Amino acid sequence: MTHAFQARLDQLYKAESRRVLATLIRLLGDFDLAEEALHEAFAAALAQWPKDGIPGNPRAWLVSTGRFKAIDQLRRKARFDVSYEDVAERLEAELATEEEEEHGIEDDRLRLIFTCCHPSLAPEAQLALTLREVCGLTTEEIASAFLIPTPTLAQRIVRAKAKIRDARIPYQVPEANQLPQRLQSVLHAIYLIFNEGYSASAGDNLIRHDLAAEAIRLAHLLCKLLPEPEAEGLLALLLLQDSRRAARVSADGDLILLEQQDRALWDQQQINEGANLVLRALASRRFGPYTLQAAIAAIHAEAASVETTDWPQIVGLYDALLELTPSPVIELNRAVAVAMRDGPEQGLLLIDALLARGALTDYHLSHAARADLYRRLGQKDEARAAYQRALALAQQGPEQRFLARRLAELDAG
Amino acid sequence: MKYLCLSYEEEEKFRAMSPAELQALRAETLAFVEALRTSGQLLATETLQSACTAATLHMRDHCPLLSDGPFAETREQLDSFFLIEAQDFNEAIRIASQWPTARFGTIEIRPVCEDPR
Repeated sequence: MTHAFQARLDQLYKAESRRVLATLIRLLGDFDLAEEALHEAFAAALAQWPKDGIPGNPRAWLVSTGRFKAIDQLRRKARFDVSYEDVAERLEAELATEEEEEHGIEDDRLRLIFTCCHPSLAPEAQLALTLREVCGLTTEEIASAFLIPTPTLAQRIVRAKAKIRDARIPYQVPEANQLPQRLQSVLHAIYLIFNEGYSASAGDNLIRHDLAAEAIRLAHLLCKLLPEPEAEGLLALLLLQDSRRAARVSADGDLILLEQQDRALWDQQQINEGANLVLRALASRRFGPYTLQAAIAAIHAEAASVETTDWPQIVGLYDALLELTPSPVIELNRAVAVAMRDGPEQGLLLIDALLARGALTDYHLSHAARADLYRRLGQKDEARAAYQRALALAQQGPEQRFLARRLAELDAG
Repeated sequence: MKYLCLSYEEEEKFRAMSPAELQALRAETLAFVEALRTSGQLLATETLQSACTAATLHMRDHCPLLSDGPFAETREQLDSFFLIEAQDFNEAIRIASQWPTARFGTIEIRPVCEDPR
């Protein structure tokens, strides 16, 4: 086998294996059987194509070969367990419709996404299954990205597949009246995958970054298959957040806040793509919280500095966001934006009111925000106390180092 | 495939309803039950008496251990059940979401074992 052929086959595997798998799951009605069939189909391609050449439509060849291999497999099993006979027969009977294999192939990928993110599966199972089946990551890759032992993750996937089979979770795209809620579940899973890669600072950063890239690829795929405004809003949000990746961590792995980031390091291409998506989603008037968050991120991304940022518009977007999804964390972010618009005192009033009603009292960022506002007002004692409180609550290394640095600066200056 | 749907409700909510509201809810439930029966999807349904009438039994070393009240002391209590025949999980969810009390409480949807072994 030539080097070029091997490269072509690798490329085909990368481009087609997930599509072929999604279709095989529909045709065979079983995740495990489809996965086995996929591998057998590629093994057959490896044996046959160097002699016969690559077929005109490799995808159709792979689907149809995978299907035959699965039926063979079931027939072999049926020798020991007759219950497989029925399944094999049913699959063989359906072979007449083989021309239809190609039909709706893109829908199969969407079916796969919606099935993996079915809300009756636990969120962590949704993430694992999506990364495994839709993105094609190995169990080992996913386990190391989530910093959990491989057997734990493998079991999570096995259980999720068992639930899909036993509870009979159908392989379908939800109907129109179910779509908004079910789409939320998919978007949330993609968002969690991104966050896992973006915000985690423990473990192997390189692998974790892969998760952010994987989430962006997934969001791209979803937008292509189902161009809903809120899906585009999520993609925009991920792109805009990811555009700051190179600027948000120093060479020693320390966090750099937005106002100190070197904006020249921001990825302009991602910003442009994100900002265009935001405009489109907003214009649809059918957007949701992801689009609004993306709009806020876009304003930051397009500003030349913190001072020239359009804070009034950011406050307005936070108001809209709070109306859609009331949350103390969003209130905290809004308070920081108000401080930028109206001065630190106004921000402090809002944060203190939040804390007074018992919200976010154990959240390090509410104290870090207070500390920062006191620092700007030159009230060092109050700032010091708030930084110390934040430091005591912070969990992650880079955040602790950042707060300790701020405390030291306060004492020095 | 069969799905057992368990409806959990806060009894307080029903006690707080006016007779007219209760009457309307009952009529709505009856109409839905009738429609499901007609379509052949409803296999059984019953409404239970208040959870305070419940007793909980454990058999340990051949001795019955009986205690008063329901198995779990939660705010929402099992209040009714319905056994349905649905093509798949999504259809079961669709049917359960039309069950009138789903608007007030919580419905747990449990797939029934296909062939008991």
